[in-house]
Amino acid sequence: MTLTLSKKMAEFTSRLETPQNNYQQAAAERLENMDFPSTRDEYWKYTRLGKITNTAFELGTKLTKTDISSFQTCDNIITIAQGEIRDDLSSFNDLSIVVERSFPGQFGVNNVRNEEKATIFTTINDAYFREEVVITIPKNTVLSAPLQVLVLHEGDQIINMPRLRVVAEGSSEATIIMTTGCQDNYTQFSNCLIELDVAANAKLTFQNVQTGNDNHLTITTIDARQAADSRLAVNTFTLNGLLVRNNVNIAVDGQNCETHMNGMLVTKGKQHVDNHTFVDHKVSNCFSNENYKYVLDDQSTGVFNGKVIVRKDAQVINAYQNNGNILLSDQASVDSKPELEIYADDVKCSHGSTTGQLDENALFYLQTRGISKEKSEKILVGAFIGDVMETIEDEATNQYIKNHLQEVHGWDSDIEI
Amino acid sequence: MSKILIDIKNLHAEIEDEGKKILKGLNLTVKAGEVHAIMGPNGAGKSTLASVVSGKDGYEVTEGSVEMDGKDLLELDPDERAKEGLFLAFQYPVEIPGVSNINFLRTAINEIKEYRGEEAVSAKDFMSMVREKSKLVELDSKLASRAVNEGFSGGEKKRNEIFQMAMLEPKVAILDETDSGLDIDALRIVAAGVNKLRNENNAVIVITHYQRLLDYIVPDFVHVLADGKIVKTGDKSLALELEEKGYDWLTTENA
Repeated sequence: MTLTLSKKMAEFTSRLETPQNNYQQAAAERLENMDFPSTRDEYWKYTRLGKITNTAFELGTKLTKTDISSFQTCDNIITIAQGEIRDDLSSFNDLSIVVERSFPGQFGVNNVRNEEKATIFTTINDAYFREEVVITIPKNTVLSAPLQVLVLHEGDQIINMPRLRVVAEGSSEATIIMTTGCQDNYTQFSNCLIELDVAANAKLTFQNVQTGNDNHLTITTIDARQAADSRLAVNTFTLNGLLVRNNVNIAVDGQNCETHMNGMLVTKGKQHVDNHTFVDHKVSNCFSNENYKYVLDDQSTGVFNGKVIVRKDAQVINAYQNNGNILLSDQASVDSKPELEIYADDVKCSHGSTTGQLDENALFYLQTRGISKEKSEKILVGAFIGDVMETIEDEATNQYIKNHLQEVHGWDSDIEI
Repeated sequence: MSKILIDIKNLHAEIEDEGKKILKGLNLTVKAGEVHAIMGPNGAGKSTLASVVSGKDGYEVTEGSVEMDGKDLLELDPDERAKEGLFLAFQYPVEIPGVSNINFLRTAINEIKEYRGEEAVSAKDFMSMVREKSKLVELDSKLASRAVNEGFSGGEKKRNEIFQMAMLEPKVAILDETDSGLDIDALRIVAAGVNKLRNENNAVIVITHYQRLLDYIVPDFVHVLADGKIVKTGDKSLALELEEKGYDWLTTENA
């Protein structure tokens, strides 16, 4: 075996041990020929990865703080701590779902992602993940309540590889709320990989609520596939984290599908949050819509990249995209980029991106009614993100997000959103 | 003698970035229970006066003072001025999508109450207040709960301003061209609302181009503002005289 491992990669993996199974050994071998992307790579142009690549992380050990009450918003919950499911912190008896763990030793060549879909981070996940949690919503099953998937991290310089697969079988309906939480304020890198398989006529809503901590690092990749007549919504709420990169890739494989992506983030300090979305319209008669709202304060930076491909024979596609940004400080910045590739001719696609400050006149108007400038700003920001907040139907989750706006960003609880 | 609510002395103000002088030594004293009308030609500084008194960014006061009920207003932020009892009815009320009229008013009232060391208003009391005060200007209670001014007609926007004035019960209300864009029925409704809110403890400053509004809100004093200062003061008959003769005779006389 020749060692062509880059120095950076060698350093990065120096404290990680490759498990003794064929699947992960092979993944580790593939890693040897890969290097971390730099800002010269278009896909990573606006996101520097130094905070991740310059650290030798260790895999998380067993959770010591097992109180999850501050994170729990749903009665039915699956807790994945340090990349492994915790039966003692999970309870979902009310729901007719099947939850299985599948171990890397059981993975074969069929599980290897094709080159197009494999990135360095999915390959790292492949090489070091401990288990994949598979949630199946059986055929024709409509879940009576949302299911929370709580992803927990703990410890310093820890890397965890949460890996989740959701299979929404034919004509099923479910809402899954994934909440990321940290049990302390140390640096943890969550290299998260999620696969959503939405079968014909199924409806799946996947809420990604990122509450991390001030030092949290994450690369979260969501790969979804939709079969005919299905509806999928992937909504991302980023409320904390030092470096956050979300890749949402949705392949629309069947006709008459509906696809929604919404995102909301509020930043402070030197946070960097990057959302890359990709909708691949492979067949005709589909609708997709995305709406991302950014509110950036202090020296924080944001990136939005919305890619839509409409393949050659995918006619009668309606694809819409909107990214609105508010910069609350002179030092905050955002890079917003739509990327539309349209190869069919009977297609309606639109994209819009706006970046600005809060409306001075509206701010003054509120102040003349006796509301302080600070609160007036928050009222206007609340209104700005309101349409994305409305996509959370679950009241407890809505409150959870508001609590974070209060704790992390100093919002008053009485501000209506 | 009733107490002085607004005392403006030798006020000079200019537009911050341009250094363009707009107010050039304006004096105005308003006592409790009074209604003052400020009239004048375009560009005289009427709206600047409203902006400077209410604390809008972009103006620099180079000389003079503005006191309200003995407090130096120029030292205060716009919201603090409102908390002290100042209200501005906008010439062009701002549309604020996504912010509900009622929710923001409740926030405003509770902030004002907190500032004054009073207890917050309960949801129940607040809603009955909304019902009562919206009747005053015949504002549909559905409008009261919609987003601030969004999709309101010109008349509805102005009625919403007076509705807010009724909710906030200011000591001093400045109505900046509240009559502009109003048809005669809406004008009557708005004026009737203002009249019902008048009492011996508050004062109203009406800024207007036309005498028409003053048929309904009858002023105790009429001032003519020209080239940044008040050039003539009289009673309500001055407004009629202006309507007849225009402003030229005053501005040329003054020059």
